[in-house]
Amino acid sequence: MHETRDSIKDIWGGRTPYYGSWPERVDERTLEEPERWVQSACVLCSNDCGMDIGVKDGKIVGVRGRAVDRVNHGRLGPKGLHAWEANNSPDRLKYPMIKRNGKLEQASWDEAMELIVRRSREIIEKHTSNAIGFYTTGQLFIEEYYTLGVIGKAGLGTPHMDGNTRLCTATAAASLMESFGSDGQPGSYTDLDTTELIMLAGHNMSNTQTVLWTRILDRLSGAKPPVIIVIDPRRTWTAAKADVHLAPRAGTNVAVLNGLQNLLIEMGKIDPEFITQHTTGFEVLKKTVSSYTPENVEKLTGVPEGDLRRAAQLIGEAKSMVSTCLQGVYQSNQATAAACQVNNIHLLRGMLGRQGCGVLQMNGQPTAQNTRETGCDGALPAFRNWDNPSHIEELARIWNVNPVIIPHWSAPTHAMQLFRYCEEGSIKMLWISATNPAVSMPDLARIREILDKRDLFLVVQDAFLTETSHRADVLLPAAIWGEKTGTFTNVDRTVHISYKAVEPPGEARSDLDIFLDYARRMEFKDKDGQPLIKWNDPEGAFEAWKVCTEGRMCDYSGMTYEKLSKGSGIQWPCNEKFPDGAERIYTNFVFNTGFEDCETFGHDLDTGAVTSLQEYKAIDPKGKAWLRASDYHSPHESPDEEYPFWLTTGRIVYHFHTRTKTGRSKELYDAAADAFLQISETDASRLGIKEGDWVEVTSRRGMVQMQAAVGKIEPGQLFIPFHYGYWDGDFRPRAANELTITEWDPVSKQPHFKYAAVKISKISPQQLSEDPDKEKQKGVFQSIGSLIDTISGAILIGGRH
Amino acid sequence: MFIANYIGLLHGSETHLKDSLLKVAEHHKSEPDIEYICQMLAGWSDMHIQHLEHFIKRYEEAKESEPDKLQKTLFHGIRKGALGLLRDLHDLYLLATEVEISYMVITQASQALRDDELEKFCKDAIKETERQINWLKTRLKQSAPQVLVAAG
Repeated sequence: MHETRDSIKDIWGGRTPYYGSWPERVDERTLEEPERWVQSACVLCSNDCGMDIGVKDGKIVGVRGRAVDRVNHGRLGPKGLHAWEANNSPDRLKYPMIKRNGKLEQASWDEAMELIVRRSREIIEKHTSNAIGFYTTGQLFIEEYYTLGVIGKAGLGTPHMDGNTRLCTATAAASLMESFGSDGQPGSYTDLDTTELIMLAGHNMSNTQTVLWTRILDRLSGAKPPVIIVIDPRRTWTAAKADVHLAPRAGTNVAVLNGLQNLLIEMGKIDPEFITQHTTGFEVLKKTVSSYTPENVEKLTGVPEGDLRRAAQLIGEAKSMVSTCLQGVYQSNQATAAACQVNNIHLLRGMLGRQGCGVLQMNGQPTAQNTRETGCDGALPAFRNWDNPSHIEELARIWNVNPVIIPHWSAPTHAMQLFRYCEEGSIKMLWISATNPAVSMPDLARIREILDKRDLFLVVQDAFLTETSHRADVLLPAAIWGEKTGTFTNVDRTVHISYKAVEPPGEARSDLDIFLDYARRMEFKDKDGQPLIKWNDPEGAFEAWKVCTEGRMCDYSGMTYEKLSKGSGIQWPCNEKFPDGAERIYTNFVFNTGFEDCETFGHDLDTGAVTSLQEYKAIDPKGKAWLRASDYHSPHESPDEEYPFWLTTGRIVYHFHTRTKTGRSKELYDAAADAFLQISETDASRLGIKEGDWVEVTSRRGMVQMQAAVGKIEPGQLFIPFHYGYWDGDFRPRAANELTITEWDPVSKQPHFKYAAVKISKISPQQLSEDPDKEKQKGVFQSIGSLIDTISGAILIGGRH
Repeated sequence: MFIANYIGLLHGSETHLKDSLLKVAEHHKSEPDIEYICQMLAGWSDMHIQHLEHFIKRYEEAKESEPDKLQKTLFHGIRKGALGLLRDLHDLYLLATEVEISYMVITQASQALRDDELEKFCKDAIKETERQINWLKTRLKQSAPQVLVAAG
């Protein structure tokens, strides 16, 4: 047993102050002395820290950070140091299961796969492939996503592929496309090493990417510390370090960011030469933001005039600047428009493509970047444009298929629409991999009804029995990180390889093997009658992916498994020109907006209407970036007399997604065992609510009950973490998404988790048992209970270990 | 001078577009996007109608029966479900193009009248009408294959 720190108590670890080059610090936690170390990277947040897996007797016994890795220089956060224990959990699914007479029963792989194939064929024959949908995750590897992408787009030819990355990262992609013509992060983590100013918009980095925050903490304690500006309605640990903390009312990001731009333009703190040579749209932007005076912004957002001026002053004075956005922008009102305004600030000041200057439109999940790259989130592989016929032809050539099979008649279906089609019955088979919509999607009552529909054939592959997977008609046990080999990419374009360290439990198989098996059994062929999928293993899939990316912005063609195994992760583009990867893109300030190259022809930011090929040709900016202007529009649901509070939802440091993995580490579980309602001192005292009191929170969609945590939030606003569902046996309604609204951003289609109007009332603990919804909730978990009885021996749901 | 006729035509069409957008918003609430986007687009039409009052005072308006007839021809009661949505969006599109062409015609007249104010109003309004039309086209394109091929 070796532990370099107790990361539950000491989240970020000791300081290594610096400016310029971040010193190494190797974090480690092992329960036994490993016999060998296996190269990998962490999959517990979007940072993707380089990590080695310690193995003894065929079991994972711990992890340590990789000092050589450019992302973390050896450090690991609490989730990374603990959540590997999920691999060894007795709760793991070990055998395929098929639902018979309402109960999941153990089955063989042949039986399970044959059933999936038979149902696929029946559905295709009657309703075409448009009746089949896939809902993936931010957890698989490139090799798996790409294989599924080819199956979906060139095998079945269905437009219905999306992932729960729609919930975490879609706006990052959409805003990069709208501003720069294509997905792809302009900046690099190394920009943080020297930058003069860091602006975090809706990004509680201290909780969501702890190791990246450690990098900033180390900068703050070193020479030439950066100025920190935070935009967040809550007084988070991140906000506590801010020189200026702007705390706007929920849903008002665009007004705040327009206000900042207006001040920068007024003060002349912009770069006219850069604007003229490298951007288009300045006059419209200037006119749009001109009415967002500090006085008006204060009225709209509650941000004091002086604070806005101070923030603009600091931005105006900084010679370099890095901005980051996360869910406070992406899951809120006018998501894409707001994220574009952050890009605008960098364009107005020419702060891109050079050391210390970059925008990081963050990702939520470890491999979310790859759903965007490979086409599993609906986009086409390697940032190709579904509306550009020559891109479709290129893909058809690479896959050796007829272009007509590739669905490109309209924008690919996004998650919320996909579930709507299931609800209406036009999607009849839904295949969910490694994600948990029954807790993570908005308006859960509705999602549960959809998943339970009798005429929806539901296939789920997962490592655990979850609120979603127990509803499956066919449940496939999946191998997870550490049990399979593959690659994945983080937000600063760093690609890591993660090797198989141990065997998966029971008969569990990797997601890649499951998809390959499906493709073989479905007999997908190319146009010469040869198998469509020409690879049989991870490295083969990676080589195929390289071909697909060659010459594109996300060029992987210069990488090999061997090269990725030599030390640090490598950034794309990696090709003949950049054999070791490129630190930044757009270093010549030529953006990917040219008609031939761009990933999108753009959208109306208010309605989501697409710009047509002809319209775009007429205004082709040929490499200039778009300054996208947008007026502020109030959110679609606002507090009123009946529902007087704003609810916002989010993450806490110890958990990831719906705790499927983090909840299987005793330390992480105990560190944050239950949901809570965060409420301001003012509201709490007015309502007679004290820390630890039980409260009931109700929206137009549903109700939850939890204990109150008082303080560090603005009056009128409430916060509930979204991690908590029902798998660990708590029957009272407590999932934040019981309350959230079924609405999306018109461009990125990311749901609005960050605002909903709710009311609260104090309840006594006795009232918990009187909750009318309890029986319904209980029903769900009794069915898990009975399921466990039926298949005991197949899986063991142990107590907390 | 027949400009009063066209102002009447525009007034009637824009009002029907607004009302129909609100109805579609109400009827297709279960879609994740229809309610709020149609309400927003109806708000644009409503603004146009309010501005138009100024020019009605200036040129008067001759009530035209055509918009009423068009409305009756287009919307047949409450249409539910995916096909109902497709048909409703289709009819909204037809109504919006009626509005668009009316603005274009009046823009031409405003130039001959040297009425800069009317010209500016029409040119600003038609931009938003075009945005309404673009959204309807985008949404129709998205819905059509699923409804016509996979549903049922």
